[in-house]
Amino acid sequence: MATRKNGQTMRFASPPSILATVSVVGPREGQGPMSGWFDVVKPDRLLGQKSWEKAECKMVEEAVELLMTKSGVRRSELDFLLAGDLLNQIISASFAARTIDVPYFGLYGACSTIAEALALGSALIDGGFATNVCAVSSSHHDTAERQYRFPTEFGTQRPPTAQWTATAAGAVMLGPRGKGKLEVTHATIGRVVDNGMKDPFDMGTAMAPAAADTIAAHFRDTGRDPDAYDFVVTGDLGAVGQPLADELLKKQGVNLEDRFIDCGKMIYDETQDAHAGGSGCGCSASVFAGYLAKNLEQGKFERILLVCTGALHSVTTYQQGESIPGIAHAVSVERSG
Amino acid sequence: MKADKPTTEAYQRLVKRKAPRPPLLRNVIWAFTVGGAICAVGQVFLGFFLLRGMPLREATVPAAAVMVGLGAFLTGLGVYDEIGKRAGMGAALPITGFANSITSPAMEFRSEGLVLGVGARLFTIAGPVIVWALAVALVVAAVKTLVAGPTGG
Amino acid sequence: MDTVTGLGLSSFAKAFVVGGAICVLAQLTLDLTKLTGAHVMVLFVVLGAIVSGFGLYEPLIAFAGAGAAIPLPAFGHALVAGTLKGAAERGFIGFVSGGLTATATGLTVAILFGFTMALVFRPRG
Repeated sequence: MATRKNGQTMRFASPPSILATVSVVGPREGQGPMSGWFDVVKPDRLLGQKSWEKAECKMVEEAVELLMTKSGVRRSELDFLLAGDLLNQIISASFAARTIDVPYFGLYGACSTIAEALALGSALIDGGFATNVCAVSSSHHDTAERQYRFPTEFGTQRPPTAQWTATAAGAVMLGPRGKGKLEVTHATIGRVVDNGMKDPFDMGTAMAPAAADTIAAHFRDTGRDPDAYDFVVTGDLGAVGQPLADELLKKQGVNLEDRFIDCGKMIYDETQDAHAGGSGCGCSASVFAGYLAKNLEQGKFERILLVCTGALHSVTTYQQGESIPGIAHAVSVERSG
Repeated sequence: MKADKPTTEAYQRLVKRKAPRPPLLRNVIWAFTVGGAICAVGQVFLGFFLLRGMPLREATVPAAAVMVGLGAFLTGLGVYDEIGKRAGMGAALPITGFANSITSPAMEFRSEGLVLGVGARLFTIAGPVIVWALAVALVVAAVKTLVAGPTGG
Repeated sequence: MDTVTGLGLSSFAKAFVVGGAICVLAQLTLDLTKLTGAHVMVLFVVLGAIVSGFGLYEPLIAFAGAGAAIPLPAFGHALVAGTLKGAAERGFIGFVSGGLTATATGLTVAILFGFTMALVFRPRG
């Protein structure tokens, strides 16, 4: 059997469709520039739950419930759930999977998780192992803050490189070719790239080399030019990391110019005190499920490359003085022909 | 892939060239104003205890204690983090900030129970402060005693 | 030595300026180094203890009142002063117990209030 992989890139012979997308976000995200594109905006970050963790889990459950309704895929027809989040032991995803109750792959790629889920989900469908697969990832400002940094009521100042973890979940239903308006044609799986950055308040800088590495690999493997895409959208490099990735790509001869946008820069505006922008598994997931997928569906965009970026450190590793490894996975999404 | 040394160094140079700097002047003005204002409030309580006839060294103790209570209360109300994100060390360095560093994890980890949540996490930030201060104070006092003989402070 | 005598206007001005200036030093440390806020707090408490060892913190409190007594370096100073006082009065036992004795009020209030607030209020994020 001929391999459909070239370099780091999988080419799907029968590109899986995107049947539906759902985004569920918190109040701050609902007040941002992307607000009109989200399906559900929650009025408070606790969602009526007793803890931030329960709230994040609830967001995932709601997103998947709504996704099943929107896509018309019943629970019995949903072959696999691919999910992940930022918390230790990916509890939001696993506890939501306990409720959703379908066979489940728990994924951890930090903020790159939704792209990892879309890549693997598409491979499962194209490989004939599944008909319908749900990919979902989430993050919550307060669960991430207390795990990675300080208690939420601690009066500390954030440096200008800091990013704001989005309270958001994004879910995508993948199905057989021809069933939806959008399809996933390629996925480029990133290497872990570590350029020795150590500042946990500067994720964008740590992840930018990984993003550049994966984007360059994608163009090399597919033989495509940047103008094949309306947009190359990174996950959450933010205002600090994105120009760095742009610079690294130019050095490799990849010139994205104003095709290069970033979900972290899009989800908040300057008045929202988010410093370098948004981050978190839910940031790129909700912006893709909202703004990007809907613009593709409406025909305003023809094809985008979604490049979700993750920082693979933990509190332990940075306290032990380790540098922050980055990763980026890219999926090419286009309107069905 | 862990980048080799030249790559790392080249990247660090690029980062340094592009990195945004903290708004130093604005931060300093905020820190001065808020830190100064908190100390002026502390002076009200210090003055109160002085006027009751306490000597200065004794009066600082209840004055600081009142400020600790105030800092904890403002944290409980959810106000202190709002002050802190603008005033930076102007809010963190006064003893009200020490109270904030105890109260905020206590509140945050309430969901993990009263013993291992509140009880243990209360000292997340204050613990290192107390440990270091005590250790260094003992060394300083020991050195001073050895050099100058017992002085009574 | 000029001591603070209460509620005179100049005592507030001195408290404001000296307290503000100490916070500015801490802010500059935060912004110009890679240290976190927690690290700067530890550093300044340690600095307070060292300055106290040179006998300079007591005069600063005498001059600026709350401007020196409310910022965290005062905690380091109180520990040093308490340790020395204990040692002078009670020898080795006093040396060991003097620091925490001098700071017991503040610590007890902080722990008690922190605990109580956690029972009363929920974090608002």
